[in-house]
Amino acid sequence: MTHLMILPVVIPMLAAAWLLVNHRASIGRQRVWSIFSTSVLVALGVWAVVAAQTDYHTYWLGNWQPPFGIVLVLDRLSAMMLLLAALLALFCVLYASRGSDREGSHFHALFQFQLMGINGAFLTGDLFNLFVFFEILLLASYALLLHGGGRARSRAGLHYVIINLLGSALFLLALGILYGLTGTLNMADLAVRIAAASPDDQTLLKGAALLLMVVFGIKAAILPLLFWLPRAYSASSAPVAALFAIMTKVGFYAMVRVLLIVFGLDPAQPLNAGVFLWLWPLALATLGLGAIGVLGAASLRTMAAYLVIMSSGLLMASFAMAETTVLAASLFYLLHSTCLAAVFFLLADLIGRQRADGYDLLSVTAPLTHRWILGTLFLVAAVSMAGLPPFSGFISKAWLLQNATGHPHYLWLWGITLLAGLFMIAALSRAGSGWFWKPEPFSGRQRRKLDPARVATVSVLIGISGALALFAAPVMEYMTATAGQLYHPSAYVEAVLGEPATITGGLTP
Amino acid sequence: MELMIAAALGILTTCGVFLILRARTFSVVLGLTLLSHAVNLFLFSMGRLTTGAPAIVGLTESSADPLPQALVLTAIVISFAMTAFVVVLSLKAAVELRNDHVDGENPNEDRL
Repeated sequence: MTHLMILPVVIPMLAAAWLLVNHRASIGRQRVWSIFSTSVLVALGVWAVVAAQTDYHTYWLGNWQPPFGIVLVLDRLSAMMLLLAALLALFCVLYASRGSDREGSHFHALFQFQLMGINGAFLTGDLFNLFVFFEILLLASYALLLHGGGRARSRAGLHYVIINLLGSALFLLALGILYGLTGTLNMADLAVRIAAASPDDQTLLKGAALLLMVVFGIKAAILPLLFWLPRAYSASSAPVAALFAIMTKVGFYAMVRVLLIVFGLDPAQPLNAGVFLWLWPLALATLGLGAIGVLGAASLRTMAAYLVIMSSGLLMASFAMAETTVLAASLFYLLHSTCLAAVFFLLADLIGRQRADGYDLLSVTAPLTHRWILGTLFLVAAVSMAGLPPFSGFISKAWLLQNATGHPHYLWLWGITLLAGLFMIAALSRAGSGWFWKPEPFSGRQRRKLDPARVATVSVLIGISGALALFAAPVMEYMTATAGQLYHPSAYVEAVLGEPATITGGLTP
Repeated sequence: MELMIAAALGILTTCGVFLILRARTFSVVLGLTLLSHAVNLFLFSMGRLTTGAPAIVGLTESSADPLPQALVLTAIVISFAMTAFVVVLSLKAAVELRNDHVDGENPNEDRL
């Protein structure tokens, strides 16, 4: 047990507290603190990925023994998500520090609270704490979404806040059912008790599982529950929207964690099969709707929001196939799609600032400065996002589709994914040609300066996509091991409870 | 007592869901409040309904499960904060958008 494990939660909390107390400090100092805290998180993420290679790590808060105390668990999946969130946050905070953090007050404090919630959700081994960390990240995200104010943000904010409050209520109902039946909320303990549950309780347990799926589905944007997303993401400021790219993945993470660990311990009668039955068609429909949305989007930010929906549809569809190799490939796709979705939100802002008119509206043809640099960035990002070689998009999708062939209904996934890819290529090339080829060059005087720091931030983030392609082999190896670990919940249970999982006897509430 | 609690839960949830589906922010906020009341009551009853059993071991022969009470406390604090937030947000939206529709717009107005 090492105390390093709690730092991803404690560091952003302390940073946020400092920023709140010293909110009169100059914006420069606030930025330094925020960037420093986020950089430390990146370092911790790297440590977590290295540490998780060997074994599970558990941290008992206050040394209260499980299953009674609060426990943090670090495994390969949470380590990977920690690193991804920290990296993404670093780019977002660097981008925001070029000016958009001045639109309102407390940007950096809110940003750090958001990171605290995200990291906590990845680390916790307890369902109630998952709820608490969800609330922390949601409350911070409400404020971040509204940061800077404006009519569009208030409108989008209302939908976002109300649907998430409803989600929290459902989350608590599911937790209540689970606690009432099993008398515990520790994930490992819950897994053991659910596996040993009597047949009479199966229906209630399945109800709780489906309720949890609705809650995580709201976060991860699954079909009937995603209509808040395009407006919310396209209304928020660029770095905030880019950070929100990880939020749907938090929902996906919770789904994977809960379905595979809590409801998947007993291989004889897995409760998660009933959930997968629902997840599969809904996720495919999400993917299809995302593709239509990408084609029909009126601005680049809305298009990026639908790209987020598409990627989360593909993730959930591949997860619903319930196979180890497919899950490994979809985790690779998760890395790629999170980075690229963030890139598109930042690019929309970067290009929008250089256009004479229309910001990021696709229907407006306006002169653009620095066409070469921005055009190249857009081309590389679009090629990677659409899944064309040679970038990570191609590798991750090819691997995913190749691994999916073992599933009886894999042609559905192939068809919809490839068709969605075609839609995406059409939409992105239309956007690119309309912006970079059509307009007249800027006439002399009104040239705007291109901010080199913003360009560098976006370029490096795109570079990560290239790096993922270059170092695909070790990443794929890591993902395969991660998926293998997730499909062996008994090892998780043993690591947390300290004794092998034995499924005997009825429930003792 | 079971019947009473169950009826209270049912009525609170029904009213909450009905109000949440209304088009004006004020009724939606009221609906969310009712629903969170229902949730808190539900969580509380998950520790089983007992009388004369404090949540301290040793005072009486049987003691109540203290955990649901702790959970409810957390849930109440969170839902209280969230309600305060959503009230402020709807006020802000009503002032800025000059109407209190949850969509913040009349159907024939241009979308932002």
